[in-house]
Amino acid sequence: MNLGFILLILLFYLRRPMGPIEVSAEWKRIINGGMIAAGILWALANSGILIISQIALFLNFGLGALIVYITLRNPELQHRKGMIYAWMPIMALMVIEEIVKLISPSFFESIEVYLGTATFFAIIWAIVMWINNTKQRKALEQERLKVLQKEKEYKVTEALKAQLEKQVQERTKEITQKKNELEKALKELKAAQNQLIHSEKMASLGELTAGIAHEIQNPLNFVNNFSEVSSELIDEAKEELDTGNQEDAKEILEDLKANLQKILHHGKRADSIVKGMLLHSRSNSGQKEKTDINALTDEYLRLSYHGLRAKDKSFTADFKIELDEGIEPIEIIPGEIGRVLLNLINNGFYAADEKKKELEKEGIKDFMPIVWVKTQKIKNGVKITVRDNGKGIPKDIQSKIFQPFFTTKPTGKGTGLGLSMSYDIITNGHGGDLKVTSQAGEFTEFEIIIPQTTES
Amino acid sequence: MKILIVDDEKDVELLFRQKFRKEVKSGVLELAFAFSGEEALKVLDSEHPPKVIYVFSDINMPGMSGLELLNQVKNQFPEIQVSMISAYGDSQNYEKAMQSGAKEFFTKPIDFESLKVEVNKLIESQK
Repeated sequence: MNLGFILLILLFYLRRPMGPIEVSAEWKRIINGGMIAAGILWALANSGILIISQIALFLNFGLGALIVYITLRNPELQHRKGMIYAWMPIMALMVIEEIVKLISPSFFESIEVYLGTATFFAIIWAIVMWINNTKQRKALEQERLKVLQKEKEYKVTEALKAQLEKQVQERTKEITQKKNELEKALKELKAAQNQLIHSEKMASLGELTAGIAHEIQNPLNFVNNFSEVSSELIDEAKEELDTGNQEDAKEILEDLKANLQKILHHGKRADSIVKGMLLHSRSNSGQKEKTDINALTDEYLRLSYHGLRAKDKSFTADFKIELDEGIEPIEIIPGEIGRVLLNLINNGFYAADEKKKELEKEGIKDFMPIVWVKTQKIKNGVKITVRDNGKGIPKDIQSKIFQPFFTTKPTGKGTGLGLSMSYDIITNGHGGDLKVTSQAGEFTEFEIIIPQTTES
Repeated sequence: MKILIVDDEKDVELLFRQKFRKEVKSGVLELAFAFSGEEALKVLDSEHPPKVIYVFSDINMPGMSGLELLNQVKNQFPEIQVSMISAYGDSQNYEKAMQSGAKEFFTKPIDFESLKVEVNKLIESQK
């Protein structure tokens, strides 16, 4: 065993990585330098040239001390401390041996036995240290493998993550596209719905036209007739005055006043019908305004009746109206509520007329279709009842009648939107309720409840 | 001479009373009014034989229509003449009325001149 050789081994191990720990490139360079120096010194020490081999030997001591010192002091080489400790006794003994040999060969001979013993223990020490170090190294190696494993797992996870990310992006794109498509479809559906609602309004306006014509014609006739007769009365009054008949002249003047009031009344009636018609045809929902429910109900009952009359000359029906005079004006959208009334009353006449036709087929001719319309003041609002003595609605379809597009009328006679729109107007538009009670073959009764809204 | 005017519009009464003011005042004409077909039949049925000799009826009324009234009157009181007054001057109503025995068919707005001519003819024939 030679010190130079030991130094080479030490340097060689210092340079190698231990477990996950690796020395930096800087240190590797320094250690490489040390290895070259150690190699040269070892060769010189073994050269057998007297002085040079002695100097090389002592330089080797210096190098050994330097390696020990640097390794123990430097934090980056701490992991090789164990190795240094293992070799230190052997190295120390070698140094002592050489120094004693040089100073006093005779003394060396006397203590050689002890030195041999010491060397023996130093070797055992080195072996024990080596076993211990190996254990530590193995643990570190394990650690390193673990770290590597983790790194591998991490990479796999990363790859998976990237893949997932890509998939998520693709899906997001798909979903966004679907969403846009759906939004477009929804928009188109809404437009179609508006179109349908507008068509329904226009269709019911068409049904109304004849009724409106009649309802406008009537007051206009009165306006014309009363104007004409008033002009005649003025002539008569003049005549009476000419003959000095003051009493009769006064009477005629009273009549004239009454006539002018009638003209005004019928003028207003025509006016309100035209306004109602405009409200009805308007495609936007309109504004809520204080409305006389009784007047509105009466007007739409007449419009419905005369409209049906005008359309079908054979149509005969009766109606009864009962108005609660205690009802105060209430905040509603008149055009909308008018639409509901028209729809319900038209349905009532239709159902009663159908029953009449069916009974006629069986030979019963004295059935009179009747629609009753009643207004009633209730707590916090009004109730309007529309009842007919028609065919009634069978129990199993009573729940369906407010569904859009549900109709029992033959194709082309009804859109199936009337009741669903009415329901929407009463519940969503006015916060009220629309209820039906019916007995098949006997009657149908719709009850509209409109709450009095407190806000102005 | 008594005539009955049937119309669901109540203002018709005032109008007729003023239009035939002179005739009513002089006592040659008596006017009666009914506001539905059913009421008209009651009025006619209240006197036996009925004093009313002529009925002017609107066609378009709730409940019993003017055409139904025409049939009923012709059945129960064949001697009474009936003329129709309608807002709808369509041939369908006209033909139905004529077939059922209506004397005249007036359209609204009422041309009181022709109506007066008709009434005057009646008054003349009654003399």
